[in-house]
Amino acid sequence: MSIDIKVRRGVDIKLVGEADKVNGELSPSETCVVKPSDFHEVVPKLLVAEGDEVLAGTPLFYSKDNDRIRFTSPVSGEVAEIKRGEKRKILEIKILADKEVRYETFNPGASSELNKEKVTEALLGAGLWPMLRQRPYDVIANPDDAPKAIFISGFDSAPLAPDYDFILEGSEADFQAGIDALSHLTAGKVRLGLRADSAASKTFTEAKGVEVHTVSGPHPAGNVGIQIHHLDPINKGEVVWFINPQDVAIVGRFFNTGKYDASKTICVAGSEVNQPRYYKVISGMGLSGLLSETLKGDHLRIISGNVLTGTRIEKEGYLGYYDHMVTAIPEGDEQELFGWIAPGFNKFSTSRAFWSWLTPNKKYVLDSNMHGEKRAYVVTGQYESVLPMDIYPQQLIKAIMVGDIEAMENLGIYEVSAEDFALCEVVCTSKMDVQKTIQEGLDMIKHEMS
Amino acid sequence: MKKLLSNFFETVKPNFEKGGKLEKFHPALDAFETFVFVPGESVKSGAHIRDGIDLKRTMIFVVIAMVPALLFGMYNIGFQHFSQTGEVVSTMGMFLFGLWKVLPMIIVSYGVGLGIEFLFAILRGHQVNEGYLVTGMLIPLIMPVDLPLWMLAVSVVFAVIIGKEVFGGTGMNILNPALTARAFLFFAYPTYMSGNTVWVADASTVDAISGETILGGLAAGKEVVTEAAAAGYGSWSPMEAFLGLIPGSVGETSTLAIILGAAFLLWTGIGSWRIMLSGLIGAAVMGLIFNAFSVNALMALPWYQHLVVGGFAFGLVFMATDPVSAAQTNKGKIIYGFLVGFFAIMIRVFNPAYPEGIMLAILLMNVFAPLIDHYVVEGNVKRRLKRMKAVKA
Repeated sequence: MSIDIKVRRGVDIKLVGEADKVNGELSPSETCVVKPSDFHEVVPKLLVAEGDEVLAGTPLFYSKDNDRIRFTSPVSGEVAEIKRGEKRKILEIKILADKEVRYETFNPGASSELNKEKVTEALLGAGLWPMLRQRPYDVIANPDDAPKAIFISGFDSAPLAPDYDFILEGSEADFQAGIDALSHLTAGKVRLGLRADSAASKTFTEAKGVEVHTVSGPHPAGNVGIQIHHLDPINKGEVVWFINPQDVAIVGRFFNTGKYDASKTICVAGSEVNQPRYYKVISGMGLSGLLSETLKGDHLRIISGNVLTGTRIEKEGYLGYYDHMVTAIPEGDEQELFGWIAPGFNKFSTSRAFWSWLTPNKKYVLDSNMHGEKRAYVVTGQYESVLPMDIYPQQLIKAIMVGDIEAMENLGIYEVSAEDFALCEVVCTSKMDVQKTIQEGLDMIKHEMS
Repeated sequence: MKKLLSNFFETVKPNFEKGGKLEKFHPALDAFETFVFVPGESVKSGAHIRDGIDLKRTMIFVVIAMVPALLFGMYNIGFQHFSQTGEVVSTMGMFLFGLWKVLPMIIVSYGVGLGIEFLFAILRGHQVNEGYLVTGMLIPLIMPVDLPLWMLAVSVVFAVIIGKEVFGGTGMNILNPALTARAFLFFAYPTYMSGNTVWVADASTVDAISGETILGGLAAGKEVVTEAAAAGYGSWSPMEAFLGLIPGSVGETSTLAIILGAAFLLWTGIGSWRIMLSGLIGAAVMGLIFNAFSVNALMALPWYQHLVVGGFAFGLVFMATDPVSAAQTNKGKIIYGFLVGFFAIMIRVFNPAYPEGIMLAILLMNVFAPLIDHYVVEGNVKRRLKRMKAVKA
């Protein structure tokens, strides 16, 4: 009997441009980048120089804090450019990809003889380790920790999010191999969250060695943080690891083949995409070819990731390491006349202050406008209505703003990450930077603890 | 139209930019421009889509919710005045009489209040906040109609500066600014704010007019609420009290009009149902207790009539729900609302010198709101610590 979590607070923002469950054709991109900025709090130490030849799986840099955590190239080719910013900070390592990907060969070992050390070393060595992240702090897992559980959310409830049931169809063997490997890493359980109200793919339902729980309710029900909070909440000193389901399959593929094959399926969605659908790409791939064919206009907000938590990229940009979708919405830099009284049939709002409440099932074309100016906190109770956690969000955010470490601990900073607060940021009347503040709080407490 | 306005702002803007002649007045221009246009500013960090709501719309919607009470209040001022003088005046005439009395109050309230807000914004170089839009309408609605305008102005100055700006402006205040204004006047000029000559227009100058409220009458031990509507002036049926055809502050008399506003606030999700509902329950509980042990006219007033007389409904709907000065946690709001209602009736009954309790009840609970929140949040903290202990054990 699996556990069922009912999420009551939250909101599904219905957007135009959901991806059809079809795989689109795509000519491979010539370049791939690895961006150290994808890995929060990682200070990169380079292992390659411009002009070096690399294979898929060749280490490019390691983390200054832990030299075991290495970041490897997703493709083979030549290191074309190491782009640096202010103070010579490394922004991108660009690789000119070969037509045919050549792989480093690894020997992760047969599944029967795996143990915690072997799995850890294998993942670290091939550069797959960064796929594993941890709560608290929402950073790459520390290989020396003993997590009390590993969580996988088998579905993404964010607007226009990719459907992992579709993506992982036919990847049963890889997914299972991934689960088998990961289960060595924790003394506790590997937990898999599935939607309660729809049939999940066989890949998930027939997976062995996982504890399945079902979740119902609106976004952020699919966020792993919400599921951890309801099933196995994190107390001070405890660690939970989590990993994206598609990355589980990549890990499994690595153990099955001995190669770091960084290909994954992403969806390209949003109101400004012609024929939104799925594409098979390589992690870190250049998106210019794909986007120039599919986007409707030029004045757009292109996001690697979803509209709530994703990163803004340019048309010539690259797919983020942890992202499994690209979204395109209109850029919202138009002024609006008398917005404080205009009826707003096309405005999304959790309040009923716009006439759009007449059409609750309408799918919106939303742009990136702020819809107002930043203000001090006035309205209360908004965050609570979209955060299904036993946490007082506004109090926590205020504790972070004043840098009160003890209050942050007391109010549950160890259990949260910025993505769980994304909806709070969306609904905020005062237009506060909620995710940024939560991230600052997490960084603050991480530095305090180390 | 849009183009025209847009061009206008583009032309005048350079004067207000850094280095321009009117640089210091930039917050003022900014206030006007953002009043006309929602800025074309797109998200720089964080979630790429945002809810359409902002503070301007929120505040304007609260003002809209007050419109029924305002319009009825204008009519009622005429109605109360002419029903005592005996002159026969049309409904429209009564309304215009009230309009003539109330409009100057609104103009003074907004003029003085927004003036100070703009001044502070210019001096401190920040944006003009929308908070006063609501306060500016609340203040005239909770004052007696004959209040001299200069007193109104002084109370606005006090409320905005001492009630709000010294704490850092909108969102930072501890007490509801509109009630701060009323409390200030009540203690500074009690003869203009209480007694039996201020609640009907011209009651203090025309002998034929009595200006006593129901609560005032009850406190004096009179039988003023009766089912027999024909009892003549000085007594009212509960229905008249509900509709608002009774003497009182400008906007507080009509429970019906206030319910319309409350419904609007609740439907749009702007007002807190928790505070309104628990406030209602709190008042009912206190009313029932007094009914059970009644020894005087005020205590004997049936509990449901407490809800329709005086400023209870207006205070509960429009001022207890002020999110800045109310409790901020959901549980806290329920406790806060209940106590507002409870104390409002208690102060009414136990303090016959000043039988309107809702003002002091809300101010009192404004002070206690952070304490209530503290204990609610503390409960959450204890749960978390307990969970940790359970794991360690």
